[in-house]
Amino acid sequence: MRIINRKPSRIASMYLAAIPFVLAVLAYVYASNRRLAENPSDKLLPSPYSMWMAFERMAFQPDRRTGDYLLWVDTFDSLVRLSAGMAVSTLAAVTIGVLIGFIPHVRATLAPFIATFSLIPPITVLPILFIFVGLGEASKIALIVVGTAPILIRSTAQSVMSIPRETIIKAETLGANVWQMLLRLVLPQTLPSLINSIRLALIPAWIFLISAEAIASTSGLGYRIFLVRRFLAMDVILPYVIWITLLAYILDRLLLLLSRRMFPWFHLHGESL
Amino acid sequence: MTSTEPIVSVRNVSKYYDDNCVLERLSLDVESGSICTIVGASGCGKSTFLRMLLSQERPSRGSLLVDGKPIAAEPTPDRGIVFQRYSVFSHLTVEENLLLVREVETAPMAARLFGVARRQALEDIEETLEKIGLTGARKQFPSQLSGGMQQRLAIAQTLLKRPKILLLDEPFGALDPGIRSDMHELLKGIWQENLMTVFMVTHDISEAFKLGTRLLVFDKRRYDPHDSSAYGATVTYDLDLYKQQSTANLPAIESIVGGHRAVEKGKKP
Repeated sequence: MRIINRKPSRIASMYLAAIPFVLAVLAYVYASNRRLAENPSDKLLPSPYSMWMAFERMAFQPDRRTGDYLLWVDTFDSLVRLSAGMAVSTLAAVTIGVLIGFIPHVRATLAPFIATFSLIPPITVLPILFIFVGLGEASKIALIVVGTAPILIRSTAQSVMSIPRETIIKAETLGANVWQMLLRLVLPQTLPSLINSIRLALIPAWIFLISAEAIASTSGLGYRIFLVRRFLAMDVILPYVIWITLLAYILDRLLLLLSRRMFPWFHLHGESL
Repeated sequence: MTSTEPIVSVRNVSKYYDDNCVLERLSLDVESGSICTIVGASGCGKSTFLRMLLSQERPSRGSLLVDGKPIAAEPTPDRGIVFQRYSVFSHLTVEENLLLVREVETAPMAARLFGVARRQALEDIEETLEKIGLTGARKQFPSQLSGGMQQRLAIAQTLLKRPKILLLDEPFGALDPGIRSDMHELLKGIWQENLMTVFMVTHDISEAFKLGTRLLVFDKRRYDPHDSSAYGATVTYDLDLYKQQSTANLPAIESIVGGHRAVEKGKKP
């Protein structure tokens, strides 16, 4: 049989998926052992045990100076910023994006502007944000918005425009007004692909979050890893990176789950990643 | 219905896309209660004609009258449509698709019914579900249905609005022959019950003869061998299938429908 037609069973898929992870871990442990055998105080590739100790210290022991459990405080602060930024961007997509896609006059007015705006490299806006809104929470959230809103608006407008014209005409012949069409046809047909876009936009959102926190912040996951970098504390940085990755993965899966629950019709055919 | 006023009047209508002439000086009157079946080669403008009757497109020249008044500038509920595809809402189940008609009618802001009103509306569509044989599939989404079931749903949904004019754009084109003739029976029954005017574009000549009370054949009168888009199509045969049940013209029509296909390639259907 051709290789494109050979599909792994469920269990085989799980084993296959595990292989690269196991290999990566093994490679790390091997390299770490080699270095530590030569120099037990080496900081570059800490042993899994010392990383666990560092993680345990960050997560389950109160900080000596502040009395906070740093990992959880950092996680909470970062997630609040991330979700606030994504919430604003999503709102912009659902309003501006949908209107651009559905109403030709709004499209003519706003589409070129949004297209131009989306080409500004978001990080270049960061100093402007710092000057205008200060170094507080607002500038970090604003950076995430600047970085993700234009993509979300554009992809939402595009998905509204790809609703088959026949469907919209059918709604017109059923006597629906524009508001009713937005509510019962355009939004429901667009939301599943909006969720997809949000999942993709979360990737740059994390980058902007960590960058903003690294540059000006006193808490957050990005702040922490850039803080401990000064002491070459790889035993803290690596678990934090894994933790951030895990959070990103969980968010992604939750959104997929949400989409499957809310829009079963969208997931009837074909596999989705 | 026996009105002498035509329900649809087409007055000297031409349609161009840029320099491409699709329809040329088309004139006809259609009486209320007829089933006009429309056949012709691919790209002869029959779907364009239907889209003009739907107000999806406007004539470049000439005028279209419905009930003696100029046709509305956009699609309205007095003209129902069933397309070959995308005629139902893919994100709604069978019963939600039917329910939507009532919801749009009675809830201008929410476009949704709740509680007693919703239960009442669900009871009201029970008979329709029964008639189109989708009672068992009421909770399914359109993509879970067969092509025939989808089109039955599309027709039922359109008819709930009680349009005066029903437009069908190759509604059975994607269906198996057996299911097709079931759909013909369904359509005939519906037409007799509701006495509306039907325009149906089809590729299938026997379907056109079987269902129609009047058959319109779209074809080009003039033909420029160097520039196939120079002249548009118009009605070349207009048969009253009530009076003359003869199929004397059948071979000629068949050659029109089948003949130009190779030449017409690359044109907007």
